[in-house]
Amino acid sequence: MHGDMAMLLLADSRLPAGGHAHSGGAEEAVRVGAITGPEDLARFLRGRLATAGVVTAALAAAACELGADPAQERWRRLDAEADARISSPAQRDASRTQGRLLVRTTRRIWPSEALDSLAAAVPDGAHHPVALGAAAAAAGCEPRQAALAAAYTSVTAPATAAVRLLGLDPVLVHRLLADLAPALNDAAHEACVIQADDWSSLPAHAAPALDLLAEQHLRTEVRLFVS
Amino acid sequence: MSANHDDHHQAPDGHGRALRLGIGGPVGSGKTALVAALCRSLGPSMRLGVVTNDIYTTEDADFLRRAGVIDADRILAVQTGCCPHTAIRDDIAANLDAVETLEERFGPLDLVIVESGGDNLTATFSRGLADRQIFVLDVSGGDKVPRKGGPGVTAADLLVVNKTDLAPMVGADLTVMSRDAAKVRDGKPVLFTSIREDKGAHSVAEWVVGIVDAWHHQHAHTV
Repeated sequence: MHGDMAMLLLADSRLPAGGHAHSGGAEEAVRVGAITGPEDLARFLRGRLATAGVVTAALAAAACELGADPAQERWRRLDAEADARISSPAQRDASRTQGRLLVRTTRRIWPSEALDSLAAAVPDGAHHPVALGAAAAAAGCEPRQAALAAAYTSVTAPATAAVRLLGLDPVLVHRLLADLAPALNDAAHEACVIQADDWSSLPAHAAPALDLLAEQHLRTEVRLFVS
Repeated sequence: MSANHDDHHQAPDGHGRALRLGIGGPVGSGKTALVAALCRSLGPSMRLGVVTNDIYTTEDADFLRRAGVIDADRILAVQTGCCPHTAIRDDIAANLDAVETLEERFGPLDLVIVESGGDNLTATFSRGLADRQIFVLDVSGGDKVPRKGGPGVTAADLLVVNKTDLAPMVGADLTVMSRDAAKVRDGKPVLFTSIREDKGAHSVAEWVVGIVDAWHHQHAHTV
């Protein structure tokens, strides 16, 4: 009922949940010369959406469904599914940090059993998509809305970071994001075809280049972003 | 927008936790030096924690750790993704997380200092993060800065003007700075320091002791 508004709030980069400090690999990609301008950025975003974006969206959708009838043991299992799908330790850390901050923030916005039980089940911080799905459930979203918000933020964070790091024309970058609309719908669709209780068959697309960027980023001396 | 926290009664969860003191100001004004000085002066009598907001990696945290003024574990560094003001004003989640982590690990604490990344004159702390805040300027930025105002200069609970030892060299008139600051700050305190000469920043430390005592009095530990 209130799902549309909640989805917009959750997808807004101004949601005060620590997201502004994460570049989704864009900072390291800029440093090593993999992103130098709008064309590279467009390819980076498309690739990220088709891999990490789909996985994130599927986990968020599953978490949103679970949030309707939460149980601590089930949260731990879904969180383990997320863990298994993020192969870079640096990305796992970044994901848990963002998840912890998202739960901290959204528990105050949408007090709920879904978020309380997730916080109790994974006290050091659930993975970000799991937290996002739980928050979406708490806010009254459907799984598809959770998936859309997750897929959307998986590309807006690196796009914004690239604007800051390279001084790209922000209007042009927003056009790139607008061009991703069909791909975003596809990602959300792919994320939602999974049947409940069959988490092992959730998408598990690998993105080795993103994994390597995340690991390199952690070892780079001068960093503006956490990830 | 006001950084004056006279309405701190509204601040959530004030009971049983440390006073949170924000220290902000432009790049190079001496924020980290002030944090180190306060740790030197207050460390023997207070249980402290420090959160730094670095522009690059953990520069400020590393400086404090090397200075040896506080147990290295009691310093946590937050990264700000190109936007130091966002992390202390618009999206304080990472800073709150760091503050509460320190309180969980080492609490109860008397004072948690949150040092902002160097920013411009408009950067102030959210009242959701800091109960009180200090804004640090230095004389080499020019003696017109207090007159220009901005939320940091006008509304901080304490304005510190640092590097007074450099005033003759940069042609800064401290009388002008003092007069202009008084005019825009509506009676709130201003202190002039030279942390290079006074390694404990004693006048500022004394002010901090006052606000910590008042905080304890008001929010007596119930645990």
